[in-house]
Amino acid sequence: MLDTSTPSFDRLPDAPGVGYKPQHFSDLLQDAGSVRWLEIHAENYMGDGGRPHAQLRHLSERFAISVHGVGLSIGGEGRLDPEHLARLKHLIGRLNPASFSEHLAWSTHDSAFLNDLLPLPYTGETLSRVADHIDEVQETVGRRMLLENPSSYLAFDESTYDETDFLREVARRTGCGLLLDVNNVFVSATNLGTDPVSYIDAFPLDLVGEIHLAGHDEDHDDHGKPLLIDSHGREVAEPVWTLYAHVIAKGGARPSLIEWDNDVPDWPVLEAEAARAAAILETVA
Amino acid sequence: MTVSQTTFRKALLAPDKPRPDGLTDGAGHPAGRRFDVYRNNVAVSLTEALEIAFPVVRKLVGEANFKLLAAAFLRQHPPSTPLMMFYGTEMPGYLETFAPTASIGYLPDVARLELAIRESYHAADAAPVDPARLQGLDPAATLTLAPSLRLVRSRWPIHAIWRFNMEDGPKPSPRAEDVAVLRPDLDPEPALLPDAGGTFVDALLTGSTLGEAYDAALAEAETFDLARNLSILIGANAITDIGEPS
Repeated sequence: MLDTSTPSFDRLPDAPGVGYKPQHFSDLLQDAGSVRWLEIHAENYMGDGGRPHAQLRHLSERFAISVHGVGLSIGGEGRLDPEHLARLKHLIGRLNPASFSEHLAWSTHDSAFLNDLLPLPYTGETLSRVADHIDEVQETVGRRMLLENPSSYLAFDESTYDETDFLREVARRTGCGLLLDVNNVFVSATNLGTDPVSYIDAFPLDLVGEIHLAGHDEDHDDHGKPLLIDSHGREVAEPVWTLYAHVIAKGGARPSLIEWDNDVPDWPVLEAEAARAAAILETVA
Repeated sequence: MTVSQTTFRKALLAPDKPRPDGLTDGAGHPAGRRFDVYRNNVAVSLTEALEIAFPVVRKLVGEANFKLLAAAFLRQHPPSTPLMMFYGTEMPGYLETFAPTASIGYLPDVARLELAIRESYHAADAAPVDPARLQGLDPAATLTLAPSLRLVRSRWPIHAIWRFNMEDGPKPSPRAEDVAVLRPDLDPEPALLPDAGGTFVDALLTGSTLGEAYDAALAEAETFDLARNLSILIGANAITDIGEPS
């Protein structure tokens, strides 16, 4: 499949991307292999300049860029941090990325940032709050965002919505799109004893603007039941590839990201994961 | 039963306290150690951020001790913004009060130097001034220094300690050292300033004229060498503008 047109970076291609790591900068410029786009964590590029900005300028000339926030705390009980929102608006304005996404989670409370994606119950109250926050984000940055499903290690007694219904309703109220993290689906389903395929079949795939794939670790809870940890530190697990193939067969090709944030491997190992996603995407091309 | 984020947060940072009620494994059992996944994520990720920020402090106190230091620090000073690249600004002061490190006098200034290097790395870019404009500088002129320049003044040999631990430099001997963190292009470089150089750069940073900065430095050390200090700054692209007297 030859693409001779001038690359356009105003949307993510329905092809593999990787989470950008500075150690892969020259590999990417030499031969990106199957990798067609890059995702950056917004917060890492919120300094004033220097090498991070310089690298990003180079990369954004060659690749479509997805800005993925990890610090907005959209699920937080308090109001969104106006300073952080302003930084995000500035970054997105400067970079004009192909996509912007954030998480269904919270990380800031009482002005302490906890550097983790923390869970929230799914209730009418949290739904309104999340929707209000997403409205505020989209109005501020002036574009539609994608909201990512979390990985869960526990459930809240107080929840009254299934996660898929919750996400669908948030999207309906705010007009946001969804980022479907297939590893998170598998991790959550295993941890909470539900069926990952049923989750995918209940998920509004037409709203999915991006897919995430990553590796997880295996542990056990107090009762010896499997407890998977969303560690982003190894290859995508076999059942997650199977689930991904199901998503693609059902919903069609989507921009698909390999996330590998810890124990980051040499470029060929990461590229091989992207190539595997490319092969699955080819099945519906 | 509802679990507020206040309850969740308090339990996260207090591993010896009970886990919140109202959290389950999805099948009705209490969440138990599933909650500890979040506790662990928070502690490990913040510890890693501090390890990245303070490699020399870590070498000086040892890896295991640094983990204990980080565990105590992150509970007292969780990040106040999501910008992890600036996490740890309270560390120098903390090292002065944390009992196991309080007696290591040079440690806080080493931490200040490490913070300065990281700030410099992320600071705004600025083009150096045209070298032609540096000929025959008027003593009444002011110099604008690069946003990436940081000055750390210490009564300890912090530059030598930094080099000994990061670059196999010679063993430090006791003396006061003033360090300018300079960023000629994209990589910050800590430069040891000669006699009274710290006073000179500090004066320039606070808006003194070149003549005032020179006088202040000379008052501190008769050996102050203006040309040498200027050449350190010019050589590292650290002078970005000249304010000519009106």
